Amino acid sequence: MYVRSTAAVAGPKEGRGPLGKYYDHVYDDNIAGEKTFEKAERAMMKDAALRAIQKAGLTANDIDFFLAGDLLNQVTVANFTALKVGVPFLGLYGACSTSAESLALGSVLVDSGAARHVVIATSSHNDAAERQYRYPTEYGYQRRPYAQWTVTGSGAAVLSAETGNVKVTGFTAGRVHDAGVKEPYNLGAAMAPAAADTIITHLNDFELTPGDYDLILTGDLGKFGTEMLFQQLSTGSGVDISKQHRDCGLMIYDRKEDVHAGGSGCASSALVVFGYVIEALREGELKRVLLVATGALHSPTTFQQGENIPSIAHAVILEREE
Amino acid sequence: MGKKQEPARNSTQRKYVKEVNRRAPRPPVLRNVILAFVTGGTVCVVGQAFTDFYAWLMDLTPQEAGNPAVATMILIGALLTGFGVFDKLAKVAGAGLAVPVTGFANSVVASALEFKKEGLVFGVGGKMFQLAGAVIVFGVVTAFIVGLISALLP
Repeated sequence: MYVRSTAAVAGPKEGRGPLGKYYDHVYDDNIAGEKTFEKAERAMMKDAALRAIQKAGLTANDIDFFLAGDLLNQVTVANFTALKVGVPFLGLYGACSTSAESLALGSVLVDSGAARHVVIATSSHNDAAERQYRYPTEYGYQRRPYAQWTVTGSGAAVLSAETGNVKVTGFTAGRVHDAGVKEPYNLGAAMAPAAADTIITHLNDFELTPGDYDLILTGDLGKFGTEMLFQQLSTGSGVDISKQHRDCGLMIYDRKEDVHAGGSGCASSALVVFGYVIEALREGELKRVLLVATGALHSPTTFQQGENIPSIAHAVILEREE
Repeated sequence: MGKKQEPARNSTQRKYVKEVNRRAPRPPVLRNVILAFVTGGTVCVVGQAFTDFYAWLMDLTPQEAGNPAVATMILIGALLTGFGVFDKLAKVAGAGLAVPVTGFANSVVASALEFKKEGLVFGVGGKMFQLAGAVIVFGVVTAFIVGLISALLP
């Protein structure tokens, strides 16, 4: 289905990154004029969703469904944002894979004729995620070199049955994997086998090769997760995506920022795809892109109770229609 | 911490985790150790300076002067946390700031500040010791056992 419009809003650190010029709005600070980080994340998601609706030349009345998700407990960012948007709402949780999940489900809703226009949105917030998953934000400690940095921002899109030259033409839903990794700082390694499986399954199902894509984009594997993805692909199947592959988590930040192995979070793929990739497809810079958004499906409770980190990856084909 | 339940890993998972551990980038241990030694040492020199200062100012024995000196170091740790500087220093200093009493102050103040938004009672009161609680509990338990042994020994 057509991606009619997109919007991306980002925190200051993200705004300073190489894709900064593609974002619709960059906030001066992570609190965005609100009282709490949670409220700031909601303000960002609402901002992104309303901008996408406006850029599509529509109003909230034209929208049939709002599909959204985030990383905070009980998906409160999406729930509270939906209250403000005032459109029939379906909440999603796929951790950082939610961007691809919402693209896939939104497209199915439009394709089936159940909806004419669907708004999708995902967000994450560094400080809100830190205080929920890790430590208080002012607590001082040394992070591991493979630890990743949760991206602050939100991306949204309007999917429509008509108009536009960028289409969602297919998707491969992922299986949940348990690679045996327990360490919640090593999420890239926990998610790499899920990404490898989804990529191989996708290429087999659609009878495609990596060369059929200009870009195979993983969501937030980071530097070490990418290394493990290549290791998994080469030992598993011999599929070589090194020419097409990039990782959103490695595209967001400037090299001199102290983010260790790269970005992570729902906003990692949302900012790159809804900020840059769709625009590049629209301009003809890219023709066909496979988004493979990865998600770690643990919670602080499952980790503290000693369980492994399950993970998932969903793949969505984004194509330019000539 | 306590003993954690170990879920079974099958052979594929064991092989993968082994590969992850083999390839995972290592923290710069030597650099961290040297920085911790230098910064931790600096913290101790500052603490010692306060001890000597209080001993001179209030005419205390060095042992008595230790208490106000510790309180001063806690205050400094708390202020640095409040001004948002401590976490940036600790990123470099690591154990050099975490092991002295400054680290304890940081863990308490960071939690209190963070959860202020959840209210004075359940936020600040309830969560202030979420990180430091373990230090207090096991500190007291250790002190009790050591005290017991020292009382029983002639």
